[in-house]
Order: sequence, then structure tokens, then C-alpha cells
Amino acid sequence: MSGSVVDNTVSSGNSSAAIPTDISGQILDLDEDDDLEVFSKDTTLTDGSSFNASMQTSPASMINQYKFEEDADTKDIFVTVDNPESHVTAIETYITYRVMTKTTRSEFDSSEFEVRRRYQDFLWLKGRLEEAHPTLIVHPLPEKFVVKGMVERFNEDFIETRRRALHRFLNKIAEHPIFSSSEDFKIFLTAASGELTSHKKQGPGFLSRMGDTVKAVAAAVRGVRNRPQEFTEMQEYVEAFSQKISSLDKVTQRIVREQKEYLEELKECGPTYALWSQSEEELAEPLKNVAGCVDRCCKETEEQVKNLSDQLIPVLHEYVLCADTLKAVLRRRDNIQADFEAKTEALATKKADRDTMRDDLDKAEDRLEWANNALKSDWTRWQKVMRTDLRSAFVDTAERNVSYYEKCLAVWESFLHSQRTDAEGNGKVDFS
Amino acid sequence: MSRTREVTLCSLYSLPVVFVGIKPPELKKTISPFALNFQLGNFADICIEYCDSVDQNLQMVEKGTSLLKKMEISVAEAEKRTGKNAVNMQETYTVYLIETRPVDAASEGTNPVPDSLWRRYSEFEQLRNYLLVTYPFLVVPPLPEKRAEFVWHKLSADNMDPDFVERRRVGLENFLLRVASHPDLSTDKIFYSFLTEENGWKETVFETGFQAKADSRLKALNATFRVKNPDKRFAEMKHYGDELQSVISQLLRVRARAADRLYGVYKVHGNYGRVFSEWSAIEKEMGDGLQSAGHHMDAYAASVDDILEEEEHYADQLKEYLFYADALRAVCRKHELTQYELEMAAQDLTSKKQQREELATGTIRTFSLKGMTSKLFGQETPEQREAKLKMLETQIEEGEELVKERNGECEEFVKSAWVDIERFKEQKDHDLREALISYAIMQISMCKKGIQVWNNAKECFSKM
Repeated sequence: MSGSVVDNTVSSGNSSAAIPTDISGQILDLDEDDDLEVFSKDTTLTDGSSFNASMQTSPASMINQYKFEEDADTKDIFVTVDNPESHVTAIETYITYRVMTKTTRSEFDSSEFEVRRRYQDFLWLKGRLEEAHPTLIVHPLPEKFVVKGMVERFNEDFIETRRRALHRFLNKIAEHPIFSSSEDFKIFLTAASGELTSHKKQGPGFLSRMGDTVKAVAAAVRGVRNRPQEFTEMQEYVEAFSQKISSLDKVTQRIVREQKEYLEELKECGPTYALWSQSEEELAEPLKNVAGCVDRCCKETEEQVKNLSDQLIPVLHEYVLCADTLKAVLRRRDNIQADFEAKTEALATKKADRDTMRDDLDKAEDRLEWANNALKSDWTRWQKVMRTDLRSAFVDTAERNVSYYEKCLAVWESFLHSQRTDAEGNGKVDFS
Repeated sequence: MSRTREVTLCSLYSLPVVFVGIKPPELKKTISPFALNFQLGNFADICIEYCDSVDQNLQMVEKGTSLLKKMEISVAEAEKRTGKNAVNMQETYTVYLIETRPVDAASEGTNPVPDSLWRRYSEFEQLRNYLLVTYPFLVVPPLPEKRAEFVWHKLSADNMDPDFVERRRVGLENFLLRVASHPDLSTDKIFYSFLTEENGWKETVFETGFQAKADSRLKALNATFRVKNPDKRFAEMKHYGDELQSVISQLLRVRARAADRLYGVYKVHGNYGRVFSEWSAIEKEMGDGLQSAGHHMDAYAASVDDILEEEEHYADQLKEYLFYADALRAVCRKHELTQYELEMAAQDLTSKKQQREELATGTIRTFSLKGMTSKLFGQETPEQREAKLKMLETQIEEGEELVKERNGECEEFVKSAWVDIERFKEQKDHDLREALISYAIMQISMCKKGIQVWNNAKECFSKM
């Protein structure tokens, strides 16, 4: 992907045509159109690690070089999460995971990194990304505690499920055009534990966060007056999507439950046939055979249930959490708009401090436009990713089910075959 | 319900193999537990299809009872009736239509109207009770269950439920065919008139006095007594009957519970159908794929009904042998009774002989009250002794006759019963083996349906 690199610093007051209203179209064209300006990767401009309410940067420059997730050739960063280990200290016991990164990106000092991270560190990263990009969609993290089912944090299955989810989380971040170039992300992947701890402390102060929260709450209370139609539609979609995906999650969990109960009963069938075979002479062999077949089918059923639990349910669950993320993103966008509307009103009514207020208003307007555009393009992106994820999850499930039935089919066909061979052997039938 | 003619095919053990097509679902309704059916799929090898009730007759004919050589028997229909019962109360009951048709007519191509008559389940019971007392040395085929047992939640335990009635109709037909194919039972006159005489059969069977015999038989079978020298084979058979009954009961219970669970698994998938459909309404590009996938999920959920219905036939086959085990035990019990009566007679004879000896020689070897009293109160007169001796002699003679008779009975019983038990063993091995094969075929069919549905669903999902 080539293009002229232009150092483009746009002042915040400049609401010129350089700010496209819908960036998504541009993103798609970037591949083909060499004339299109590619904004610099000046990290001071795009550093999302410091929350700056008065955004000096233009919306467009926030969205720096894109790597298209669909284009595998351009994937230049590979992240894996594995090797959970438990750590015991005087105060607590916790699990850390190994995070390995392989990359060719020039902003990384090396091409390979290996660090250990705990769940808290992932939470921190997610928080930072959300703070820096309130209207971008961050993939959800696995929940803190599992509500249903497993209780122990240190249960093997729980740890494995969490590990997989953390792996997916990091990969989704790495695939995201904006998040993957976040400084926090880079530090997360590369810093030694001590470095990370000190970097965490550097974040915006508690007070400044408090200030923003208060502002946000105030904005929420005010409510938004003129929400653009497309965001209302988005909200309606998210509501419906949330319901549907929750239902699917529940249905799938129910299926797993029923399958497990079926399995419990089926496990008793084989031994009963085996018991019967002990009283019989001629029938002993076919009965033992049937017992064996039933037992093999049991094993296949067990595996199928495990697959459903390990593959489909986590994905559905993540998208349930996604729906919540989307709702939060829409709320934050609304708040930004409410803030802008409030400032507009204030300017109209108040007489004092008009210059500062106009300044504030301009910044609020910028912020709003930036937020809206960011959301719109990320929304399109998210929908594509969602579609891919869910499609492949369901295709995968269907394939596994086919494979399950094929295996059971083979078991019973072999039984039939053996009975036929027996009959031939006994000279009762000539199959030629 | 019309009687359907199904394609005739071979038995694993006798005739050559023939290919047939897949049976349409409605035909399966006439399958009796005696017959086995399965669908032909894309089996690489030869698949064998087992016969229906028509071919069942053919099979029986192979076995050569003269009754079946000349007539076709079937229980074609079931109907509800209401009437006044013995205590003058309104009751609803079901009657079954027994149809008989001469064999030649069918093969000649003409199709005359069959002879037919209606019978209730209680009349079948009377017939069977009659056969039980008349042929205690035979393993008499069982009736289908009086009340639905081993039900799982969707199955009704109600005797009036149409599915139960249908399965009972099939079971009753099976019973008649079993009796008709038995070398001895098929020649019974009462059985013949059961099939052919609508009116007056009840009176005829009552006149045989079987009811009284049935009651005393029941009492005897339930009595406890100890046999000194039971025939080892019968003791083993009785033990086998116990084991068979226990293991088949267990299997039926486990199977019913598993069926219940499987039903749940399939039906929950129906919810996928509903949710996919609702979800497709809010999606643009994914909508079509989701919608069609949803339809396949509905089809998957619906498919379990047929699957479990077929499995009920398998359960019915097992149930028949569950009840057969009871009949087998009854024969063994009867042997014990006969043996016991022989032993009692022999014991009695021995004691009488001993008494005679004592009387003749004047020695008292056995303690008897008479002996003691005579010791205490003086010996008897020679005339008294003479009279006693004479009486004993007569008794001994009678006793020897009795022992000879009972011995003969015992030997007869053992001989004929063992022949029938051997016949039963062969039948059981054959039938149950085929039942297992049909079970395997059902599982295969279920797997094939599953493969098809999920492949279809996969295609739809990939269009999402």
C-alpha cells in the first residue's frame, strides 16, 4: 500500500473540507487511490494515551494509517496469549498469561516480544482505549467472574476459556486500524512488568477523571435533543441485536444442558446390553457388539458437547458483551452531543465570557463531529467483523455436528457389517 | 385405516436378498413388532429389508403350520365403542377387527372381501388364559401390555390414546400370528373359532371349564414348595427367564429416559429457528442465510418425532420378549409343580410300603401314633391287622398306579416342554438378533437425517 506521507497538522479551529463527513468510504478506497493523502504516523498527534479534552488533532488525523483486516498480506503483527501460570504472594494468588508478539512494524524496537500479563492488565488496557476513543468499539473482555456454571477462579476450564477470550481480545485490538497503533497497546505488548506498572500510574489523574465523569453525568442528565436519525437507527438495531444474541446464547446453553442429560442416560445403555450378553449364548456376541457401539456413540456425544461449550458459546457470549459495549458507545456519543447542545444554549443565553465560551463550543463541535465519524466508520467495521465471526462460528458448529453424525453412522454401519459377516460365516446366506 | 400391502422381502436366514426403495412414512404404521423394517440409504453394501405382516405370513408358511398355509390373519382396525358393562355402567372400550382370508384367493389375484369379526382386549385375554391351562408345557406367546409402561413424557399412559391403541393393534396381530405359526397351538379348535366365530365363542370357551383351571393354576404357580430333584435344565431355564426379565426391564427403563432426553435436545433446536428468523429481520446481508438456516433448525427439531416413533417399535419388540420371559418361567414353574406332585406321590408310596412292612413283620421302624397307642394299649387283633394290611395293599397298589401316572406325566411334560423351549430359544435368538439389527438401522437413519440437516444448515450459514 503506497501513498505520499504528508505531515499534516490541522488546527482544531479549522473545520474545512479536510474533515470528511464519512470516512468509511475513504478507507475502502485508500488501497486503489494513490493520490489520497495518508496522514502521518506522528505519535504525538495520535497518542491516545493522554486523554485530551481539547483535541488538538483533527478527526481525520486520529485515524492514521489503516491496515485492512481483510487483507492478510498486510497483517504485520501477530499476538498470542497462552501458558497460564499461577502466582502466589503474601497478599493474593493470581494467574498470569504469557503474551507473545511477533511484528515487523517499525515503531516496535524489536520483532519479538514476550511478556506476562494478568487480567487486571487487560482491564487497564481496555479502559485506556475506551477513554481515548469513547465512540470506538472495543472488543469485550471476558467477565471478571463467571456468573453461572463454574465458581472457582482457578478452575482449569475457566482459565482455559478465559485465556482463549483474552487471546481473541488482543487479536481484535491488533486488527483494529486505530487501536493497534495505540501507545498503550504497544506498551502492553512490550513493557516489562515494572515498566508497565509505572506507566499505568502516569495515566490522567484521579481528579481529572473525576472532572470528566461529572461532566459526563451532567450531560447524561441533560439528555440529547436532536439525535441524528442514523444513530437512533443504530440504537434500535443494537437493542434488537442484544436481545437476539442473548437468546441465542441462552438457547445454546440449554442445548448443552440437555445434551449432557442425554449423555448421562445413554451412558447406562451400553452396560445394560453388556449385562444382558452375559445371560445369552447365541445373542452374546451381537449384544456385546451393540454395547460397544453405544459406548462409542457416548464418547462422540461427549466430544460434541465439549465442542459446543468450547467453541460456539464463548463467541456468542462475547457478542452479548459486545451489545453492551455498543450501548455504552452510543450513550457516550449522546453525551458528547448533549454537551455540545448545552454549550450552544449557554452561548446563546449568557452574556459574559463569550470568547471562552465560543472557544469551548468550537471544541465541543469538533469533538462531536469527530465522535460521530469515528463511530460511523467503526460501526461499519464492527458489523463486518461480527458477521464474519458469527458466520464462521455457526458454520463451524454445523460442520462439527455433521462430523459427529458421520462418526456415529460409521459405528453402526460397522455393527451391521459384522452381523452380515457373521451370517455369511454361519453359512446361512450367500451374498455373492 | 386401509390395510396396506408392503413389498415382500426375504429373511436373513432363508431367501435371497432383494433391493427395495425407501418406505413412505405411512406404511410404517402397519409394522408389527414381529416384523422389522428399515430404510435403504446409500449403503455401499447390500442392505437387507425385512418383511411386513404379509411377508410374515410367508415366513410362517416356511415354518409350515397348516393353519397359515390356508389362511391369512390380520388385525386390521381398531374402533371405540360404548356400552353397558357387567355392573350396568356406561363404559368406553376399544374393539379390534380380526380379518381372515383364504390364502389361495390372494395368490390367484382375486381379492374377495375377508371374513371379519370384532374382539375386545379382554377376549384376547380369555383366549390366552385358555391356551395357558390347556397347554401348560408350551411357551404361550404373550399379549401386548395391558397398560402402557416404560413411558417417557411425551408418550401417553392413557389406554385410549390413539398411538397406544395403534401399537396395541399391531401387538394383537402379532399375538395371533405367533399362535397361528406354533406347530401345536395353531391346531387348537378354540383358537380357530376365536378367529372365525363372532357369536357364541365366549360360551364355547366357557364350556371348556378353563376358568376354574386357570384359577387353580394361578394358585399353584404362586404356591411355595420345595422340589428335591428338579430337572437341572428347567432350573437353569427359570433362572435365565428371571435374568432376561430383569435385564430387559432395565433396558426399557434406560431407553425410555434416554428417549425423553433426546426429545429435549432436538426440540430446543427449534428455538434456534425462531431466533434466527427474528434476527434475520434486523440484518441486511445476513438476513437470507439466517432465515433459511432457521428453517433447517425447525426441520431438525421436528425430525425427532419420527425417530422416536420408530424406536417405540423397537421397544415393543423388547417388550414382547419381556413378557415371553414370563411365559417361559411359567412353564418351568409348571415342571416344578409336576415334579413336586410326583415326588409327593412317591414319598407317600414309600411311607405306605414301610407301614406294610412293619405291619407284616411286627417291627416298628417308623414312629406312628397308631403304633405307639397300640404299644400302650395293646396289640391289635390278628383280624384287625389283616384288615389293615389289606387296606394298605390296596393303597399301595393305587399309589403305585399314581406314581406311574405322575411319572409318565412328568416325563411327557419334560419331553414336550423341552421341545418347545428349544423352539422358543431359536425363535428368540433369531428375533432379538433382528431387533438389534433394526435398531442399528434406525440409528443409521437418524444419523443420516442429522448429516443432511446440518449440511443444509452449514450451507445457509456460509451465506450469512
